[in-house]
Amino acid sequence: MDPITTSTLCIGGIGLASAAALAVAEKYLSVPQDPRIGKVTEMLPGANCGGCGYAGCADYARAIVADNAECNLCAPGGPACAQAIAAFLGRAAAAMERRVAIVLCCGDDTEALRRAAYNGIADCAAAQATAGGDKGCAYGCLGYGSCARVCPVNAIRIANGIAKVDKALCIACGKCVAACPRKLIKLVPAAAEIHVLCSSKDKGPAVKKVCGTGCIGCRICTKLADGAITMDGFLAVVDYAKPLTNEETVAKCPGHCIRKDAPPPTPNS
Amino acid sequence: MKPEAPSDLLVISSSPHAHCGESVTRIMLDVVIALMPAFAMSLWLFQWQALRLAAVCVAACLLTEWLCRRAMRRASSLSDGSAVITGLLLAFNLPPALPTWMAVAGSVFAIAVAKQVFGGLGYNPFNPALAGRAFMLISFTGAMTTWSRSPWIQKVAYAAGSATTQATEVAVDAMTAATPLGFAKEALKAGAPMPLFSDLALLKDFFLGNVNGCIGETSAAALLLGAAYLLIRRVITWHIPVAYLATVFAYAAILHLVAPGTSLPPHVHLLSGGLLLGAFFMATDMVTSPLTRRGMLVFGVGCGVITMLIRTVKTGAYPEGVSFAILIMNAFTPLINRATRNRVFGTKKECARS
Amino acid sequence: MATIPSPHTFRGGIHPAYNKALAAAAPIRELPLPARLTVPMSQHLGAPAKPVVKAGDTVAGGQLVAEAAGFISAPVHAPAAGKVVAIEETLTASGRACAAVVIETAPEQVWQPLPTFPEWRFTDAKQLIEHIGAAGVVGMGGAGFPTRVKLSPPSDKPIDTVILNGAECEPYLTSDHRMMLEHAAEIRIGAEIIRHILGARSLRIAIEDNKPDAIAAMEKAFQDTDGDVAVTVLRTSYPQGSEKQQIFSVTGREVPRGGLPMDVGCVVENVSTAFAVFDAVVNGRPLVRRVITVTGDAIAQPANLLAPCGTLYSDLVAACGGVAGQAAKVISGGPMMGFAVSSLAVPTGKTASGLLLLSPKKISDFSSQACIACGRCVDACPMRLSPAELSQCIEADDIDGAEPLALMDCIECGSCAFVCPARRPLVHHMRRGKAVVMARRAAAKKTP
Ligand code: SF4
Ligand code: SF4
Ligand code: SF4
Repeated sequence: MDPITTSTLCIGGIGLASAAALAVAEKYLSVPQDPRIGKVTEMLPGANCGGCGYAGCADYARAIVADNAECNLCAPGGPACAQAIAAFLGRAAAAMERRVAIVLCCGDDTEALRRAAYNGIADCAAAQATAGGDKGCAYGCLGYGSCARVCPVNAIRIANGIAKVDKALCIACGKCVAACPRKLIKLVPAAAEIHVLCSSKDKGPAVKKVCGTGCIGCRICTKLADGAITMDGFLAVVDYAKPLTNEETVAKCPGHCIRKDAPPPTPNS
Repeated sequence: MKPEAPSDLLVISSSPHAHCGESVTRIMLDVVIALMPAFAMSLWLFQWQALRLAAVCVAACLLTEWLCRRAMRRASSLSDGSAVITGLLLAFNLPPALPTWMAVAGSVFAIAVAKQVFGGLGYNPFNPALAGRAFMLISFTGAMTTWSRSPWIQKVAYAAGSATTQATEVAVDAMTAATPLGFAKEALKAGAPMPLFSDLALLKDFFLGNVNGCIGETSAAALLLGAAYLLIRRVITWHIPVAYLATVFAYAAILHLVAPGTSLPPHVHLLSGGLLLGAFFMATDMVTSPLTRRGMLVFGVGCGVITMLIRTVKTGAYPEGVSFAILIMNAFTPLINRATRNRVFGTKKECARS
Repeated sequence: MATIPSPHTFRGGIHPAYNKALAAAAPIRELPLPARLTVPMSQHLGAPAKPVVKAGDTVAGGQLVAEAAGFISAPVHAPAAGKVVAIEETLTASGRACAAVVIETAPEQVWQPLPTFPEWRFTDAKQLIEHIGAAGVVGMGGAGFPTRVKLSPPSDKPIDTVILNGAECEPYLTSDHRMMLEHAAEIRIGAEIIRHILGARSLRIAIEDNKPDAIAAMEKAFQDTDGDVAVTVLRTSYPQGSEKQQIFSVTGREVPRGGLPMDVGCVVENVSTAFAVFDAVVNGRPLVRRVITVTGDAIAQPANLLAPCGTLYSDLVAACGGVAGQAAKVISGGPMMGFAVSSLAVPTGKTASGLLLLSPKKISDFSSQACIACGRCVDACPMRLSPAELSQCIEADDIDGAEPLALMDCIECGSCAFVCPARRPLVHHMRRGKAVVMARRAAAKKTP
């Protein structure tokens, strides 16, 4: 036999033998597992984002089947997925609405000032730990993209010094919420369109010193919002449990920090 | 409306706020300076051939670097000077008569495939110049091992040879056709006696570079001058070159003691086959060599052993071995790094080697 | 009493430009009392102190304004008499916000001293420790570890050596140096009190060999001290002032990983801390002021100022003739381990040893390039870590990969970043990595 044939046969033989060994092992050594776990895993979207609080889709599926975990924890899968799993397991379908992350600050580099020139690594927590950060506002978005880096679907863009979430892409896994050292990101109902994009708890004059679009605590919006905006000290906060539709709030906010989402782009554009 | 910001913002950064002033560009500049004596010698020995190869390789490397960075939409990295070094080192490792297009092909390979594909300076696992040379050795074996020299040099060589003993004359004759190591290997394969290279005049030739070989590797004196500069400027430490050369010397000395008839004396091993160029300028390439002093010693010893294995294996095709030895050890660098970490202050044993 | 060269020197370390000549010759000068003091509640390591006064209260100098809030914490006293006008948030030098008691100082100064212990040699150690704790004494060389805690090691950790740290290895800073020259006698008494409390056999005064006048001053002061006392002359090398490295240089003992100096029978106290101990025990004065070196090439008249804790940096700058030219970077502390601040509206604290103003041409840029694996950081690290590999793990968010490489052993001395030719912000990476590990550990503790 020439060397080529010999080696082909050898390698092929080793491959076949190993495959056989694996097949045998699979049959006799595998841990018995509830077959429903595999099925549920298949029903989950497979994003493995961890937003449900488990180590990945398979682990969440195991928890649903074995530990009776709620089946509406998967944000990427949404209500359809939750219902499908509930129906499959014969459980009551829990209600679920789509939620998205939002960065509660609109003080970009055009509007909010920087109080120092930062020379360091591009990480918001690291910037925050350096002389308290370079942003003039102690509450505002630093814009070094720690949230964007953890987002599994690239839904966050840093533009003009602040982070912005693309509502259409967000799967509400919550990773950015945990990544923001200033706790500026919240998960809110996707249906909500009007937001107070400011997190500064400072008094009006202090806000005005550092930012052109900050909440100055004037309370005008609370009167227009029919209870959907409440005050937390000097900061107006949207209560997402109540509907907020009065667009006058947007127009009348002297701080220009109440904003309405731009309508989603049409799919073909 | 944006509030007015104070005019001169203070810089904020993490400590430390002081720096020694050293930079990558400065290091690369030092290496280029250190290569200049060898380059001058090559101009003297190989004249316009050396100039041609060096110019072509440096230009091709710079251009490839620039194009790669542009294509990857990254910031240009020409200013760090590493491409100049790759070009120079590659040229130094080429035989004088090599066609220009081959030199260009090697340069493109060195920068594009061996460096930028991995992410550029700092991420390349192999020394780009050596990778380029290895690529050329395999692709253009004939051209890469043809040692023609300028008639002028031949004259000098014969003049030196005429005053020497008969044994050396044989060697000198042969050397017009092959490098000293190449000749020795042929002799070994054919079972012929080894040339002795014990004549002082020949040693002088080795020092000046008056022997066959790649354009930048032949002159030991020029290379040692450059190496001294690197050591004094603390660009490199002694660990890798000393470990490398000592290993080669010891290996060759033992071999020569045991079998003087079929092996070259150790000093010939040290002075030929690009060993000095490799030990001081290529094995010490920071990116591809270990981090700790201990790691560097291991690395140097490894290079030495592999070089001598390649040189002394009877059936091997390559008489020199330096390039491949360093490339092989480059591959082991991550492993050596793991195995030779310093003992952390306050610990008894080495810190976990994960 | 003897003078001995240090028997060892730690491995690694660097030799930065010391730039001490700017302020070394300037005698300590007392700052005129500022009209307003912003006294931070966090001037030490550990929990911030809890204010016990409120806006409108009148306080005497030395009166307690905030009490310690836990075991690792320290009380804060009024540096001067006056009226509390507000308790408000302030940014401290380290970049963290904390509450501060704002005092408008009175033209008539009244002083309320603490008890004194002139007979300290015959006083029970416990009582002295209590007193030193109540006087708010903390380590004045670096992190501000409460001295009371350092002075009460558990009984199974006997202390045989007290090391008085006069290395002052940070470039530019000269406050400890001036203290040793001008207050040698007081420092000696402070050191003896510490030794008495700990019952330590040996006392070593560790000074780098670039301060021969300080060595001479200490030799003279400790001349007739009995027992095993010696001035240990350290080779000038940064970071000789770092606790672990200094213990090694002086005694040859390595503090085990994750351990404390007391694990090898040592306690290290800064010379200024020894002075504060003296002041508290003999004069009944709590720690409310300290010497701070105001220096750099962007300050008109570099000086060593004795200033109350709570003085704004702007007041210090004004007292030194103002800014010369342009200050591009203002650093609280030295250039190796100090904190850059974003404005001069930051108050001093018990640990503020220096204020450094640098002109644009003196600041170093740390815009990162890829590591070229030169290994210089590895050679420079006095903890013998591998900053190159650590920083690359952290940069790639591989904190799990960095932890086994002894990430938490980094003392943030800055030697690695100082030598890195690629100008990688190595310490910044270490800090970030360490912060992530700490956060994880805290979270793990909460949910066992
Ligand atoms: S004031 Fe509000 S909008 Fe402006 S930077 Fe601060 S948090 Fe953002
Ligand atoms: S900062 Fe940390 S890693 Fe860098 S040299 Fe100091 S101890 Fe080593
Ligand atoms: S000093 Fe800088 S470039 Fe050199 S090995 Fe360390 S991190 Fe890498």
